[in-house]
Amino acid sequence: MTKTFRFALLASTLLGGVASAQDVTLTIESWRNDDLTIWQDTIIPAFEAQNPGIKVVFAPTAPAEYNAALNSKLDAGSAGDLITCRPFDASLALYEAGQLADLSGLAAMANFSPVAKSAWQTDDGAATFCVPMASVIHGFIYNKDAFDALGIAVPTTNEEFYAALDKIKADGTYIPMAMGTNDQWEAATMGYNNIGPNFWKGEEGRLALIKGEQKLTDPQWVAPFTELAKWKDYLGDGFEAQTYPDSQNLFTLGRAAIYPAGSWEISGFNTQATFKMGAFPPPVAAAGDTCYISDHTDIAIGMNAKSPNAEQAKVFLEWVGSPEFATLYANALPGFFSLNSTPVEMADPLAQEFVSWRGKCQSTIRSTYQILSRGTPNLENETWNASANVIKGTETPEDAAKRLQEGLASWYDPQK
Amino acid sequence: MASRKPVRWHIAVFLAPAVLVYTALMIVPLFGTLNLSLFNEAGDVRVFVGLANFATLFGDPRWSEQFWNALGNNAWFFLIHMLVQNPVGIALAAILSTPRLRMAAFYRTAIFIPTILSFVIVGFVWKLILSPIWGIAPGMLDFIGLESLFAPWLGREEYALTTLALISVWQFIGIPMMLIYAALLSIPDEVLEAAEMDGITGWSQFWKIKLPLILPAIGIISILTFVGNFNAFDLIYVAQGALAGPDFSTDILGTFLYRTFFGFQLQLGDPYMGSAIAGAMFGIILLGVCVYLFGIQTRLRRYQF
Repeated sequence: MTKTFRFALLASTLLGGVASAQDVTLTIESWRNDDLTIWQDTIIPAFEAQNPGIKVVFAPTAPAEYNAALNSKLDAGSAGDLITCRPFDASLALYEAGQLADLSGLAAMANFSPVAKSAWQTDDGAATFCVPMASVIHGFIYNKDAFDALGIAVPTTNEEFYAALDKIKADGTYIPMAMGTNDQWEAATMGYNNIGPNFWKGEEGRLALIKGEQKLTDPQWVAPFTELAKWKDYLGDGFEAQTYPDSQNLFTLGRAAIYPAGSWEISGFNTQATFKMGAFPPPVAAAGDTCYISDHTDIAIGMNAKSPNAEQAKVFLEWVGSPEFATLYANALPGFFSLNSTPVEMADPLAQEFVSWRGKCQSTIRSTYQILSRGTPNLENETWNASANVIKGTETPEDAAKRLQEGLASWYDPQK
Repeated sequence: MASRKPVRWHIAVFLAPAVLVYTALMIVPLFGTLNLSLFNEAGDVRVFVGLANFATLFGDPRWSEQFWNALGNNAWFFLIHMLVQNPVGIALAAILSTPRLRMAAFYRTAIFIPTILSFVIVGFVWKLILSPIWGIAPGMLDFIGLESLFAPWLGREEYALTTLALISVWQFIGIPMMLIYAALLSIPDEVLEAAEMDGITGWSQFWKIKLPLILPAIGIISILTFVGNFNAFDLIYVAQGALAGPDFSTDILGTFLYRTFFGFQLQLGDPYMGSAIAGAMFGIILLGVCVYLFGIQTRLRRYQF
């Protein structure tokens, strides 16, 4: 089906009538089939206008099939010239198998910070094999109308955060916080890894954990669990059976005041919610403390090492690394933020709010994603379970941390 | 001198399609899986490790804990089916087969319909019904003044598995009902009339005449339930996801196998350990079926009419 689809796409570019004999066509492999129109209508035309002689075709596969389909295409030698990269181990495996080209030499790489590149580098950071495209930022989205009605100021410290939650709870009109533990991942992704960086000091703690200098049982890694345990009282009735869509609906229907969020929610919430929304970063311990945010690298683009059009592909990748692409992409997909160091002007106010935190806070990525989830038991999956348990109160923060540490130490040498 | 029997080719010809399809789709994959469970990966090459995967599965506390948890949950899941689905199914069949019951065809159809629904629909509908936020269950309990009894059942460790087992019972109760119903209908009228002549009627007729006659059918249902339950996966996966929450309290062998074999989220799939789990499941089901076939079925008394 993908083949027919690609042929159709190819045919449509040919019918465009501008193709000359010297034109080189680059094909992009991607799982973002939701973005097909954005690529076709906005991004590709902008590139082609500046680079006559290079045609680009965006040929996405369904997200669930992407990894398997891409691997078999690469093995068969029929994959496109440009490969959209999943973060960390999935892409690293492709690079190690010689299927993704080393892109460390691209001039555009200078436009990205080390954190932005970390998801697509070898473990020692020596080679970068994909150009970072976008990340998602964690924080809290709140119902501005509810905050105004109750006279609550946007909380910046932990104390203010709980004071706000208490006030919402005492008033009773709104459920203070919309989150459930049924699907488990929200507890870890929008809970633990959302508020955690403030405690383990972002990259400092994350890297120390990878090096084995800190343990998950250290106070800064237990503290986020201690905070999550307090959340229980502010969640809606029956939160144990509340699913992720339930939480989204509770918030957009205006029944809940605060939603622990990832920025990918922005476009959905903009169309669903009828009230004004705002966002605040995870609260810090004391006013004036350095804040840390989870600015999680999610999507990048690399080059098929066996591509016959390597030269033109590199031209395209240089362009993807440019501020111009960053502006186009970030505005077309609010909530997927450019990883480019050059600030990007965005029209969406909620997206602007999220991205403004990069200026005042330190960015980090989810603590469990790099290297630490390579073994069995899988740290990320265990963190889902532990975070959900802690929120429900069926496991103490200390026990949960101890269990995670034991699991990690069982296969990860630096932690033994 | 005895003439040689002609080769009866037609037997092979008629058997061939079924044998070929069954071999290709069942036998080969089964032995392929069992074979795979004896290997593991060292670096990038596949090496023969004998029973080392099984040693890990049963010996390493991280694996064995999950395995026994899943097996225990599976046993409970099966027990609920045996205690609820089959007795209620038999009772429904007995009621349906009473000649005085009106609209029997309607009840029969209505009770059987959930069986033909997809797991995805059943899981989704029940999740909605029981949802503490949008569900109708809290409202209905409130209507009869029992709202205090409502709890987010699917989200609590202590209730989730039982709730799911009962949902599964609701879905599949039509199967034992139909099988027993058919068995009850096949009891000849003469036998029942003779019983009536001897003054055995009503419930005592059911216990003394009908039940012994349908015991073989009950045996078959039990073994079908056993095999079905120990292979179950879909309902748990649809309702609770591959992590079988809350806190693995609904994890059964099927979801454990899925997580291990295909991987989940950041966890990459491990076909070797997955095959070992599949092998263990196969062993458990084989053992159960053997116990039934040799221990129970041979002792069931059959009646010829």
